[in-house]
Amino acid sequence: MNLVVNNTSLFLAAMLVLVALGISLWQKLGLDKDIIVGVVRAIIQLFVVGYLLKYIFRVNNLWLTLAMMLFIVFNAAWNAQKRGPGIAHALPISFLAIFISTGVTLSVLVFAGAIKFIPSQMIPISGMIASNSMVAIGLAYRSLNSQFHDQRQGVLERLALGASVMDASIAIVKEAIRTGMAPTIDSAKTVGLVSLPGMMSGLIFAGVDPVRAIKYQIMVTFMLLSATSLGAIIACYLAYKNFYNAQKQLK
Amino acid sequence: MTTLMQLQHVNYQVDDKKILTDINLTIPAGSHYTLTGPSGSGKSTLLRIMAAMISKTSGDLIFDDQPLESYDPIMYRRQVSYCFQQPTLFGATVADNLAFPYQIRKQTMDTDHVVEALEYVGLSAETLTQKIEALSGGERQRVALIRNILFLPKMLLLDEVTAGLDEANKQIVHEWLRHLNVDRHVTTVMITHDTTEIAAADQLLQVTAGQLEVLK
Repeated sequence: MNLVVNNTSLFLAAMLVLVALGISLWQKLGLDKDIIVGVVRAIIQLFVVGYLLKYIFRVNNLWLTLAMMLFIVFNAAWNAQKRGPGIAHALPISFLAIFISTGVTLSVLVFAGAIKFIPSQMIPISGMIASNSMVAIGLAYRSLNSQFHDQRQGVLERLALGASVMDASIAIVKEAIRTGMAPTIDSAKTVGLVSLPGMMSGLIFAGVDPVRAIKYQIMVTFMLLSATSLGAIIACYLAYKNFYNAQKQLK
Repeated sequence: MTTLMQLQHVNYQVDDKKILTDINLTIPAGSHYTLTGPSGSGKSTLLRIMAAMISKTSGDLIFDDQPLESYDPIMYRRQVSYCFQQPTLFGATVADNLAFPYQIRKQTMDTDHVVEALEYVGLSAETLTQKIEALSGGERQRVALIRNILFLPKMLLLDEVTAGLDEANKQIVHEWLRHLNVDRHVTTVMITHDTTEIAAADQLLQVTAGQLEVLK
């Protein structure tokens, strides 16, 4: 292993934060407080997670692993629903969408033998899947909100013609799903050319043969496509109905 | 004549603001009503309540001897069709718009029927393939109106559909509405500010500050 980060090098690397702070103060961006809060939070959260994972990996208990995965899914849902202000039941919808997308994707990976059901594999992979599903759902919510606002007249006209709420919303729902999936598809197209993504970089960093590392990255690309499409489609199809009342009128 | 729609003590308010007060109206089947009144008096709100696009705060709306609440809103709107003042055409072409009423009924578009409707309002069969951006205001309004009647509703609610049209286009729409009302027995209620249309009305209603008055 070539990993040489120690407390001293980490402390020196913290100087990089001063660069961001300096720019904020110099340009009067007003971000200095946010930067400090962000850095302190990142340090505390990562230390807590580091020790927590060390403990979970050591005890290797099924229920503890599942509880940690559920915790990740809940946090992802909590963050996704923040992107959908005004969408009723956004939290349970996001939770269900991320739960199913993560569950289905993980199950396929486990049954295919790509990963093992051990905490050191299940938990990081759950995090990757849930966070991508979270971003996709957040983008889809934003798209639903803006389209139902901008295309209000078109939706009203479809309803007036006797369309069901599904028929009146289908164009908006499809566009929202597309918007949610777009970043994953774009990054699938440019993977290796523009960025060396986290999984692959991590493995290479840890000294793994790059040819082996790319196989994991290919698996990640597959799983993220599945997770974002499932997450976005479930969330959109459950959320669009909340733009209507019981009389099938646009709220 | 049998009664098609009846409004009994209908009120509508948003928060504490009363928009419509104690509306009572009986509309016989096959009739044609003209509805006028100052801007902001509540005319469009009244039509939207009749179309189940918004819900009354209190009172009763009876359609075809059944209370509004007994209908599925979607099936009701297929019988009581509301036409907007400035309609939005959706999709890319005229065909996208005229296929929509068929799509929502899980049917394929009856091109002969659609072309017949287009020709009735002075538009050719070629209009079907035209891009919606290429249409004039009058053509857009006519296409939008056809959308509402490809499956003939029992009642057509028209919200200032002739506003902004030139005389020639107005004439086409008037004749077509008369045909729908007289020959096809569609009951119509039309909001207008047009003095000629008001003068020509047989049955005239006026909404002033949320209250309905029968003028003729």
